[in-house]
Amino acid sequence: MISFKLNGRQVSLDVPRTTPLLWAIRDVAGLTGTKYGCGAGLCGACTIHIDGVAVRSCQTSAGDVAGKSVTTIEGLSKDNSHPLQKAWVALEVPQCGYCQSGQIMKAAELLAKTKSPSRQEIVEHMDGNICRCGTYHKIIAAIQTAAKGA
Amino acid sequence: MTGTMKDSVQLSRRGLLAGMGGMTFCLAIGGDVGEALANTAAKPAKVFNAWVRIAPDGIVTVYSAGAEMGQGTKTTLPMILAEEMDADWSKVRIEMAPPDRNVYGYVFNGERDMAIVGSRATQLYFNEMRIAGAQVRRVMIDNAAKMWKVEAAGLRTENGFVINPANGRKLSYGEIAAKGEVPKELPAIKPEELKPRKDWKLITKGVPRRDTPEKVNGSALYGIDVKLPNMVYATAVHRQTDTPVSWNNAELVKMPGIVKTVAVPNGVAIVGRSWPQVLAAREKLSVEWKKGRAGNFDSDKALEAYEKVHSDPKANVVTIEKKGDAAKAFEGAAKIYKAEYRSDYGYHAQMEPLNAVVRIAKDGKSAEVWEGTQAPDATRDEVAKALGLAPEKVTLHQCYMGGGFGRRTLGDYAAECAIIAKDVGRPVKLLWTREEDIAHGMFRPQSFQCVEAATDASGKVVGWKHCVVGDGGLLLQSGIRIPYYDIPNQNIERRGVSHGIRLKHWRAVGHVFNVFAIENLVDEMAVAANMDPIEFRIKNMAAVPKAKRVFETVAEMSEWNKPRPQGRALGISISERSGSLGAGVVEISLDRKTGKIHVHKVWVAVDGGTIVTPGPARANVESAIIYGLSGLLHESMSIKDGIVEQTNFHDYNLMRMSDLPEVMEVKFIESDARPTGLGEIGNPFIPGAVANAFYRLTGKRMYHMPFTPERVQDLLKA
Repeated sequence: MISFKLNGRQVSLDVPRTTPLLWAIRDVAGLTGTKYGCGAGLCGACTIHIDGVAVRSCQTSAGDVAGKSVTTIEGLSKDNSHPLQKAWVALEVPQCGYCQSGQIMKAAELLAKTKSPSRQEIVEHMDGNICRCGTYHKIIAAIQTAAKGA
Repeated sequence: MTGTMKDSVQLSRRGLLAGMGGMTFCLAIGGDVGEALANTAAKPAKVFNAWVRIAPDGIVTVYSAGAEMGQGTKTTLPMILAEEMDADWSKVRIEMAPPDRNVYGYVFNGERDMAIVGSRATQLYFNEMRIAGAQVRRVMIDNAAKMWKVEAAGLRTENGFVINPANGRKLSYGEIAAKGEVPKELPAIKPEELKPRKDWKLITKGVPRRDTPEKVNGSALYGIDVKLPNMVYATAVHRQTDTPVSWNNAELVKMPGIVKTVAVPNGVAIVGRSWPQVLAAREKLSVEWKKGRAGNFDSDKALEAYEKVHSDPKANVVTIEKKGDAAKAFEGAAKIYKAEYRSDYGYHAQMEPLNAVVRIAKDGKSAEVWEGTQAPDATRDEVAKALGLAPEKVTLHQCYMGGGFGRRTLGDYAAECAIIAKDVGRPVKLLWTREEDIAHGMFRPQSFQCVEAATDASGKVVGWKHCVVGDGGLLLQSGIRIPYYDIPNQNIERRGVSHGIRLKHWRAVGHVFNVFAIENLVDEMAVAANMDPIEFRIKNMAAVPKAKRVFETVAEMSEWNKPRPQGRALGISISERSGSLGAGVVEISLDRKTGKIHVHKVWVAVDGGTIVTPGPARANVESAIIYGLSGLLHESMSIKDGIVEQTNFHDYNLMRMSDLPEVMEVKFIESDARPTGLGEIGNPFIPGAVANAFYRLTGKRMYHMPFTPERVQDLLKA
């Protein structure tokens, strides 16, 4: 049993310590908003927060989050009310949408520490997250919009 | 945790609605969805035609055949219908159409099909959606007339109501649905009865995409997210054409959680209780393969050999276009231009690795499949075939696709999942790893091309020859015709070879390399003639009026004649695709040390007919620009000994945010014509435009795409 806080609620998951956190979250906890893209830490689709820090959940062992606080896209807000989610909807950022949970979680980390990031800061922060539909320009604009509104 | 429970209810409801085909919806309600039905069923709705049902509370449910892979057609197609129906958009609910091509298929080349390919959903369903909406509107009016005992001709409709202007009385569509009747034969609608453009409230203006909110909170359901009670997990290892002879089954089934291994076409599947356990067994899998047709395939060597096919008088030639007398035009030419071009394979790299979930009924007489598919009908058929069932015994639950780009139209991996589910006797989720998605990919074919042009004494191009050599049949020849130039004598041909390597549509596929070759040679001729490239295309290539317009528009957008800063250069190219025509300009710079080309600005002028939803239309073109730049400047793949050498995103590079152009401008030409495809007009012009800009910067021509930094460095040294 591995116990940790998941989106504010205490959970205990019956998985081996070495199980990648991604699969513990998706298949055991049943939160499927966090996506599998490469399984090798190369694309960022599985990005979540551990104690506020954005990490690749495919490269994190479930055992490593014991006692910690994990936030997934489902925990960012209850009703799409996070400024980033609002901006994402207003600008219609997603196309296929598959990478967007990871994009938003990565962006949320940036806004939590940098109130109004420059374009350059956004690009440097977000460069590890691939979007195959090519929504990068809208992601930048949505982060800037959210930063203004936050 | 509640994951399974929640998913199960969600899925059952989707299953119920997806099974409600036309009037027969009661028959499709299966045993274990009964509870969900009791919880979620609304008041009985009246079926108006195959596309529309209206409940007494006014909720209008519209089926969408626009398989959603990011392009927005799930919303767009019902919106077109709602426009014509005068529905209240806020009361329209969207469900995905059942996989019945006879009812929900568009007509293309005389046949009905549901595969959403070539970015043609809006183009092919536009008229059908309008007529279906007009039919429902007419039935509403006829019913209201009957209820009020007045002439139907005097009534009008607005925002979900029938109104009698004579006395101001109103009936909502819901009220009419509660009491009204649907005629056995739906009224015929003449084109002139459709709503005129000036009255459109939704078309050309657009509505918010319905898939957006669930795609920003993690609730959108992709195939990979499906979980069923008693489900097991599977993955598979394949080779392109080899066959597994034996493998270490005894060792694997002793591993924790492993249920069994199953032989599948060209591969071995591993089934287990959890995905991590399956992955651990995959690491240990050891297979003895019997080499197949492509077992020793070497992509570089094959490409080298294409040149010989081109010069072989005995090669099998397929004529694609023959116009005038090309041989004569070349004999009498004042000058002849000739160049050879090459292109490598391309991988789709859709973000969601391929997957499917299959559940076979206990009695084995029916099955369900969950998949994000571009071709719902093909998935149903392939799963049915794999299980020996009639297609109507298979229910498809259409999921969102984490990208399609042409890969998801065959139902191949869904059929593989069905084989495994039948073998293990339990519901199965099959998921390929990213590594497998690449290794067992179906690719944009590699190509060799020879393009020749003959000019007369005035410099006008009077003869044109283009030969493409490679595997892939029709995939190879898309985009090889040049309807945007009026050249009197043409001979365009394909010379096919066959390797056994799996090939597939890939966002405009052949256009990508064919247009590269065409527009590269055109640029070479413009330089030789000492003419402006746009002027050369309009005058000496006889660009047709529609082409002239996009050239002139993009020239204006890009300030074509304005000098650029030191180290920057412009290039131009044109392309048609799925009825649309686009001309694009890029502004590039080059890091001569690393060989890296940076594209700073992209402008494209598109004639795509009527622009139905401006937001997604623009997003589709922008997406293709990025896809084109990524494929041209970052992606590179090769095959040795029958195996793809690249394995994941560390060696199959995709474009990232830091390589995004600073400026991307898309302009649509004003048009009243029928809408045409927009998702694949933004990438075929990219290779030619970048190559032509590169020539202006360096004096060197690029003849082999992609233009990876290594290849650019070699070219600069040469």
